[in-house]
Amino acid sequence: MEFGTSGMLNEDGIHVDMDRLKKGEVNLGTSIMAITFKDGVILGADSRTTTGAYIANRVTDKLTQVHDTIWCCRSGSAADTQAVADIVQYQLAMYGTMNGKPPTTQTAAAMFQELCYENKDRLSAGLIIAGWDERHGGQVYSIPAGGSLHKQAYSIGGSGSTYIYGYCDANWKEGMEESQAVDFVKGALQEAIKWDGSSGGVIRMVVLTKKGANRHLYLPDSDYKIRHQ
Amino acid sequence: MPGFDFSNHTRNAALHARGVPLPKATSTGTTIVGCIFEGGVVIAADTRATSGPIVADKNCEKLHYIAPQIWCAGAGTAADTEFTTALISSQLELHALSTGRKPRVVTCMTMLKQHLFRYQGHIGAYLVVAGVDPTGVGLFTVHAHGSTDKLPYVTMGSGSLAAMSVFETQWKSQMTEQEAIDLASNAIQAGIFNDLGSGSNVDVAIITKDKTTLKRGYVKPNERSKKQKSYVFKRGTTAVLNEKVITKQEISKYVTVHELEGGEPALAEKMDIDV
Repeated sequence: MEFGTSGMLNEDGIHVDMDRLKKGEVNLGTSIMAITFKDGVILGADSRTTTGAYIANRVTDKLTQVHDTIWCCRSGSAADTQAVADIVQYQLAMYGTMNGKPPTTQTAAAMFQELCYENKDRLSAGLIIAGWDERHGGQVYSIPAGGSLHKQAYSIGGSGSTYIYGYCDANWKEGMEESQAVDFVKGALQEAIKWDGSSGGVIRMVVLTKKGANRHLYLPDSDYKIRHQ
Repeated sequence: MPGFDFSNHTRNAALHARGVPLPKATSTGTTIVGCIFEGGVVIAADTRATSGPIVADKNCEKLHYIAPQIWCAGAGTAADTEFTTALISSQLELHALSTGRKPRVVTCMTMLKQHLFRYQGHIGAYLVVAGVDPTGVGLFTVHAHGSTDKLPYVTMGSGSLAAMSVFETQWKSQMTEQEAIDLASNAIQAGIFNDLGSGSNVDVAIITKDKTTLKRGYVKPNERSKKQKSYVFKRGTTAVLNEKVITKQEISKYVTVHELEGGEPALAEKMDIDV
């Protein structure tokens, strides 16, 4: 950050660096995505977190549960996104117990948006919220850096996503079967990991349906072919 | 005049504009590690404290007490790790007293991350949190900005790369207590020998369900050897040019001397003590 040289605040102005990560901050240089399919939604992510050039964690879990069948994919600052997810997790728990029924994905997404928009000048967070609820079935919402909210059929995010816009656009189909949808997410994330230096490690997935949450794990050792866990 | 005084801000901005650098905080170039094993967790640290290029302390303590079964290894700004762990330790003890339950490692980790997040990285504390609670074994890292990670083995500080290379080549699941201690100790030694910011001895803390053991100086690979030769100047090396003896009576010409009654303590040593 550069200051003016007069030393007077009114002359130099307040400089806000929007695309900053504070020095030494833990970054989720990431590939994340969430898609809708016939029975619900699937969230997917790589597992790399970095501090500068160093990989601080090679098996990170960027898929965070905020309610029974509402999860989010986190990208940007690890500290910021964890703080936001923790707050929403608390708010949804309160909402669920006070109303006696689980919150909808839309409600969760609105809570995320409120935090991301009101604190836009302090946060670097790119989130994808995906969930299954009795009223609307599977839904995907995306909240990019400025705090806007977009309902989408599928969403990709993080630094690695730029490499897979073409792949996703070419291969996406409405109302896929579960196995087909899993292959789509896996194929997209494999490409993102291959081309993006800030993404890597394992592929984690969460399948959200009427039956609840189901975790998937794919290791690079077996070329992401075998499902573990 | 009541209220805050912000005049220093104008002064600091003016000083900064004239090229005066901001004061630098003392930080600890450090190697700290943690590793879980069957039934417990071990954390370890080196014992070098530095201020710039100077070794400020050759045998400092980087393993901090939080609760009897929860300990923290600290890297980053020395004062910040010290005070942050002390603050959370205090809050956690009151929390344990009011709930009547043993404190949990996740509780400690959450309190630390929320405290550090509030200060947006200005509190330079990088911590490895480890412990055993009624829910099981816990091992976390907490970064200064408030992000956390949960892993079976962790390293932090300037020597973390050297230490991690040891873990990545030698770690295996379901280790025994002694295997974990040796691995953690080897990881710290990799930091001591390969990282300029780390040095001196290895401290280790072993936490299991039943007890916590702190092993200060578990390995001392840098013991100072006895000097081959004495470099003390021989008596009489310096010539005595003149000699003058000042007696007590003569001193009272320059200062006031009070004779104390036998057994009565000096005024400065008196203290009120609550009974």
